[in-house]
Amino acid sequence: MNEATPIPTDDRKLAELMQAAQAGDRAAYQLALRACVPIAAATARRTGVPADAVDDVIQDVLLTVHRALPTYDPARPVQPWLRAITVRRSIDALRRSGRRGAREVHDPDAYENHPEERPDVFEAASRQGDAGRLHAAIATLPPRQREAIEIIGLREQSLEQASQATGSSKVALKVNFFRALKSLRARLGNDGDV
Amino acid sequence: MSDSPLHEGLIGRLSGELQPVRRLPAPWKRTALWLAAVLLLAAPLAWAADLHALAARLLSVPDMWLSQAGAALTAILGAWAAFHTSVPGRSARWAWLPVLPALVWVGASTAGCLRLSPIPGTVPEPPMHAMECMKFLLLISVPLVSLLTWGLMRACPLRPGLTAVLAGLASAGAASCLLTLIHPFDATADDLLVHLVAVLLVVGITRAAATRIIAPLRPSPVSLRGHQK
Repeated sequence: MNEATPIPTDDRKLAELMQAAQAGDRAAYQLALRACVPIAAATARRTGVPADAVDDVIQDVLLTVHRALPTYDPARPVQPWLRAITVRRSIDALRRSGRRGAREVHDPDAYENHPEERPDVFEAASRQGDAGRLHAAIATLPPRQREAIEIIGLREQSLEQASQATGSSKVALKVNFFRALKSLRARLGNDGDV
Repeated sequence: MSDSPLHEGLIGRLSGELQPVRRLPAPWKRTALWLAAVLLLAAPLAWAADLHALAARLLSVPDMWLSQAGAALTAILGAWAAFHTSVPGRSARWAWLPVLPALVWVGASTAGCLRLSPIPGTVPEPPMHAMECMKFLLLISVPLVSLLTWGLMRACPLRPGLTAVLAGLASAGAASCLLTLIHPFDATADDLLVHLVAVLLVVGITRAAATRIIAPLRPSPVSLRGHQK
């Protein structure tokens, strides 16, 4: 059997292929999985999965079929077995999307255009011509935090570059950078500037 | 819409990974294997128990044998239902199978507490002994649940929560039957309450612990973003 072999549409032929797949016949398995795709797609659509999410559900179905192969009983038809897997995977997908929809709004433009609620400490200090105060505040930071804020915040290097320059991990740099920002906000913010 | 080239890669990978698989035995065979393990656990208890006194106690009043028959049937049918629901395509209605025996088990046990005449030759369970029963039920349930979970892991339960609850119920029923072998007391309300709490704990812990273990696989993150307004 190769790619030119027609995809079986009747359950009996599909059952034979699944039985051969259980015995380790890879060509039969490939054909059986191809035959599963349109059945899973139709079932997913009937379950209410949005058209452009059907492919994601099919991928989950194929993975589950692979995992569930030992549970297929050749004495029974394939399609109810496959439909049960597809319906469950469709419901899982709809639940996930429902949970995500309840918590998140997918709007990349709004995200990009959203103004900062609090001006960052560097802008706040420079706007007031108060670079001296910022540098004084930075000087009081612990060495690792000072290093992170100078390299990432002032010299505007990437985490990758900063990691190479300091020998610290990116995670450590990120942690020190955010801790430093918090300290600076607290110190400069005490005067009502930030 | 389905996108064949997208799935061809995955189909190629999965078929390339294929190895011959051992077909899953029928649910009744898996149930029989689990019951054989339960009998193995029961053997040392039965050896230590006074089986003549046990038989006399069970047959002396209907609520005693009815509650034991209910517990035993809950174990058998609960395990059978758990193995059935672990196979894709089998109806979730199998889950109703152990409900009636479970009701008989609880109902007959409750009737035993309300019975006015005590069973000849028995005494009510001392209050502190009920906690020993609780410990026994919880401890003996560990191997019972573990064996069932191991049996279910080979399958592919599409409703792992439901399957785990059935497994917990079956284990609790079997644990109760095993306890009867070494529990020479008449029914009391305290005893019933402790048993009920133990059964609910076994079912609840199994539901919480086994669901993740027997779940077929964590689905890949499906990107349905944009479908929700």
